[in-house]
Amino acid sequence: MPALQDADPLVAMERTGRRDTPRLDLALLVVGLVILWQAGTFLLGREALPSPLTTLAKLATIVGDEDFPRHAWETGRAFLTALVIALLAGLAAGLALGASRLSGEVAEPVLTALYSIPKITLYPVILLLFGLGISAKIAFGVIHGIIPVILFTMNAVRNIRPVYLRSARAMRLTTAQTAATIIVPAALPEIVSGFRIGFALTLLGTLIGEMFASQRGIGYMLVKAMETSDTATVMALALLLVVFATLSSAALLWLDRRLRRHALTS
Amino acid sequence: MTRAGWIRLFLIAAALCLLEAACRLGYVSRDAVIPPTVMLQGTWRAIASEEIRADVLLTLQNVLLSLGLSLVAGTAGGLLLHRTPRLRRALDPLLASYYAVPTFVFYPLFIVLFGLNRWPLVAIGFLFAVVAVIINTLDGLARIPRALVRTAAVMRLTRAQYFVHIILPAAAPWLFTGAKFAVAYSFIGVIAGEFVVSGAGMGHAIAFAYNSFDNRMMYGLIVLLFVLVGGINTLLWTWERRLYARLAGR
Repeated sequence: MPALQDADPLVAMERTGRRDTPRLDLALLVVGLVILWQAGTFLLGREALPSPLTTLAKLATIVGDEDFPRHAWETGRAFLTALVIALLAGLAAGLALGASRLSGEVAEPVLTALYSIPKITLYPVILLLFGLGISAKIAFGVIHGIIPVILFTMNAVRNIRPVYLRSARAMRLTTAQTAATIIVPAALPEIVSGFRIGFALTLLGTLIGEMFASQRGIGYMLVKAMETSDTATVMALALLLVVFATLSSAALLWLDRRLRRHALTS
Repeated sequence: MTRAGWIRLFLIAAALCLLEAACRLGYVSRDAVIPPTVMLQGTWRAIASEEIRADVLLTLQNVLLSLGLSLVAGTAGGLLLHRTPRLRRALDPLLASYYAVPTFVFYPLFIVLFGLNRWPLVAIGFLFAVVAVIINTLDGLARIPRALVRTAAVMRLTRAQYFVHIILPAAAPWLFTGAKFAVAYSFIGVIAGEFVVSGAGMGHAIAFAYNSFDNRMMYGLIVLLFVLVGGINTLLWTWERRLYARLAGR
């Protein structure tokens, strides 16, 4: 039976797409997408869907604007803080829940339920608790990103081969030593998979938080462009986010595969 | 119920009681969080209001539409990609980073495309759900045991027979998981869209209650939504477990 972890869209990838993507095919794909986009522009009109070139030019203007570094820094700061909190707290909670079978069984359905609810509806609650500003954004990023990290770490710890833990006991390692030298290395590939999903969702959460709870940042620029139907800006920012998300995801995927191959050969 | 189940129930009940007590005793500001019992009153008020019932119905219809579309298109897309491994390999990194992009930024585009009606929201839900279905379909197809494929070849099954007797049963667990994700993601997409940009539906009702400082209605609606989504998910999980039990028993 596929558990949530096996079947999560983001994780299923590295299992099935084992061979690295040939560069030529990737280039062809990008060209194909650009052609589709251009065709869409012709069909829908410039106002609705700006052409790839217009969007690139717009993106260059936005990035070149003197306000942009401030916005980008604001988003980056909130995102990085949220990411660090989600990863560290998620890792700690996952290790603790994975180490004790009963507490894991108690927590798992609750966590899976939380994973599948539309967390955007919690935004008023977060705002009421944290007020407008960067802490609300960070909290929003964390609640999006932390659950997959917990679930993956927990399952990774659970699936560690019992013989490892028995040897740890035979060597009389302390709890901290066992965690550092046995559990984390053995569970690392799954933990990195969890980090990958956590990364993507934290970014999404931070941006959504920014769209409502902020006067600065890329999410704020997006929502302002949406309100004024400034589709060129929307497309330019969306392109920026897609490229950033794809590149970081590809880097983490590469790390993930390396760790898995390493785990298989050692 | 299992021991873990009882403990879970007890912990949730205890947490709710604690929250109730903290709110009643004034440890938490009433402007931020209201006691759970008051939230339930809000839920009751929401259910009793005809306007809200219409919103809920609209949201459910949109979710159902986006779910149906994403299941059909996702399965078809998965089958197609499975047969063109080259395209599929090229698409891999894009699929893997897909969920980091806030899909609803494309809402203005959809309005131009479909007009100001329910279809832009359905499109957001669809975009959110379809990739999960594609990925799970691909995963299921990749895991069909080779022995079954060979048996099918020996028996000279036609393409349709192969699909019905081999692919569907062998990939069923993954297809089902895809469907489960599609339900959750359709809800997330549609509600998020309603929340941000639309003028009707449950997501909009919550945002509206928040903007008019109607905390009771807002929390009531959030509770209602969570019960709705949680209930549907639990139903699917139970159904899935029964299905596996039956398959394993054969």
